[in-house]
Amino acid sequence: MEPNPQNESTDAGGSLPLIGGEHTFGSITDKISSIVLTGRTPRFWYIGFALSFVLVLVLFFCIAALVAVGVGLFGIMIPVAWGFAIVNFVWWIGIGHAGTLISAILLLLRQKWRQSINRFAEAMTLFAVACAGLFPLLHLGRPWYFYWLFPYPSTMGIQPQFRSPLVWDVFAVSTYFTVSLLFWFLGLIPDLATLRDRARGRIPRFIYGMLAMGWRGSAIHWHRYEIAYLLLAGLATPLVVSVHTVVSFDFAVALVPGWHSTIFPPYFVAGAIYSGFAMVLTIAIPLRKLYGLEDFITMRHLKNMGIIMLVTGMIVAYGYLMETFMAWYSGDIFEKYMMMNRMFGPYGWMYWLLILFNILIPQALWFRSLQANVLALFLIAISVNVGMWLERYVIVVVSLHRDYMPSAWGMYSGTIVDYAVLAGSIGLFVCLLFIFIRFLPMISIFEMRGLVHEEETRND
Amino acid sequence: MTDAIAKRDKTSVYGLMAEFDSPETLLEAARGAFAAGFRRMDAYSPFPVDGLAEAIGFHRSSVPLIVLIGGIIGCFGGFFLQYWAAVIDYPINVGGRPLNSWPSFIPVTFELTILVASLFAFFGVLALNRLPMPYHPVFNVERFELASRNRFFLCIEATDAKFDVESTRKFFEEAGSQGIYEVEP
Repeated sequence: MEPNPQNESTDAGGSLPLIGGEHTFGSITDKISSIVLTGRTPRFWYIGFALSFVLVLVLFFCIAALVAVGVGLFGIMIPVAWGFAIVNFVWWIGIGHAGTLISAILLLLRQKWRQSINRFAEAMTLFAVACAGLFPLLHLGRPWYFYWLFPYPSTMGIQPQFRSPLVWDVFAVSTYFTVSLLFWFLGLIPDLATLRDRARGRIPRFIYGMLAMGWRGSAIHWHRYEIAYLLLAGLATPLVVSVHTVVSFDFAVALVPGWHSTIFPPYFVAGAIYSGFAMVLTIAIPLRKLYGLEDFITMRHLKNMGIIMLVTGMIVAYGYLMETFMAWYSGDIFEKYMMMNRMFGPYGWMYWLLILFNILIPQALWFRSLQANVLALFLIAISVNVGMWLERYVIVVVSLHRDYMPSAWGMYSGTIVDYAVLAGSIGLFVCLLFIFIRFLPMISIFEMRGLVHEEETRND
Repeated sequence: MTDAIAKRDKTSVYGLMAEFDSPETLLEAARGAFAAGFRRMDAYSPFPVDGLAEAIGFHRSSVPLIVLIGGIIGCFGGFFLQYWAAVIDYPINVGGRPLNSWPSFIPVTFELTILVASLFAFFGVLALNRLPMPYHPVFNVERFELASRNRFFLCIEATDAKFDVESTRKFFEEAGSQGIYEVEP
């Protein structure tokens, strides 16, 4: 696509404003920084933080139990050795993808509507990848030996097996986390300087001052900064596509019916963006309401995200359709049986729930009235979050539980520890988000100032 | 009075700073200052202003080159890491495949290319900007805290060959600045 900053018609919600109300550089700065610098923490923050922290404690308890007793506390068995841990891993890492998509790909495509949602979407990416990283570690059984996954001069004289997608995964996920962190922090530096200059207490001024590293908004610094930011966006774009591709290789390279398929990489990437945008909407809708940010996160943002969900949802639907078609077209009895078992076997209800949550309900987004309805968008986003979790469950568990040899078949179900760790990871994610919105600006202040300036010059 | 100013000239003043209320006036003043022959100066703004760095005579940035070097190091280093592990240090026969089974080394090579290039981009821009820098004279100006909110500043430094407190002040007044401050070193 040819980037064209003047042509707003490439943007579906072009008629709706990007910034509501009357705002100046000063008022935008004050509004966003006051959320962080206020002395009074809102009551809902305490309630939300407390509830999520309880779940974090549950997570810590489960981790302690898993380390002390072992992974037998999970429901994993043979043939389903991958269970909840891998389902949750793929689910969380997919959620992270929207943050990078918003901050990097939409930046390269000069979509200005990304500017008020990129900061917290990037934070969401970091927290989601942190939650994701937890699961393979716990699933290792002996998490304290995780560093064996990295090539280092060990006294054992062995090296990781670089021909295995599981080792690729280690590099993909750790690179993804590092690059997301750098990108997020680079974007934060000018805003940390704003907080340093606006904070009134000695301690916050010191802390924000140290984090801002002496940023002073020099023209030469901005010049280098913008180039570096653009280059990081250019690097993050292929990275985000590669990460879920590598995750899909974990499955596609194996020979299990239902996994061994060339459609997995594109369909996993589309699913990741789909679930990520659903999570951004799930977070953005309550946030803008609670903090009164309707002027910055406008209906245009919500509508555009709804449309992206619709598009990526259709790609995912195409993936499901092709999986079914290929199972029949291949003529392979194991593939055909896998598909019949997926639809009508003991876990068949899950497949149909997945179709309902992931494909049927989101079709409501075709209606313009529902694209503009905040409650409807929120409910659809929740439905997609659930649907995508079910998708990963169907792929991981239902494919594994019956493969080639009927003598090796088995039935799997999660234990209380499985559910507790899933709930705990959601708690960790929400808890980190609450800490983030309390101590760091959730909207990029300097990019909003630039946006105000652009709107002003256009109106003149 | 004149004695006091003369004494505080060149050695005891970092520079003279002018405040502006819009990016357009700052850009104009910066262009004017460059045309008037000033070279050692810097402009400060709360968001990136197009053309401002060029206006004060800064054209080429070495950030892209640094990132390219990082990417090349990551790419070759990443591949060699795997080659060394799989062929030299720990050769193991997997299903009769060649030890240097390079197609399966591509994903990690790719990830490490991105990783090292990104690290170079991040730390490269910090190093070129000489950050972290806990102290800088411009922060001595009280109004400068608005440089991260809604005000725009141009500072001509005392080390400039053409710098002179009086004439520089006059230049700023003509450029339409909203306030002129001496910057203590």
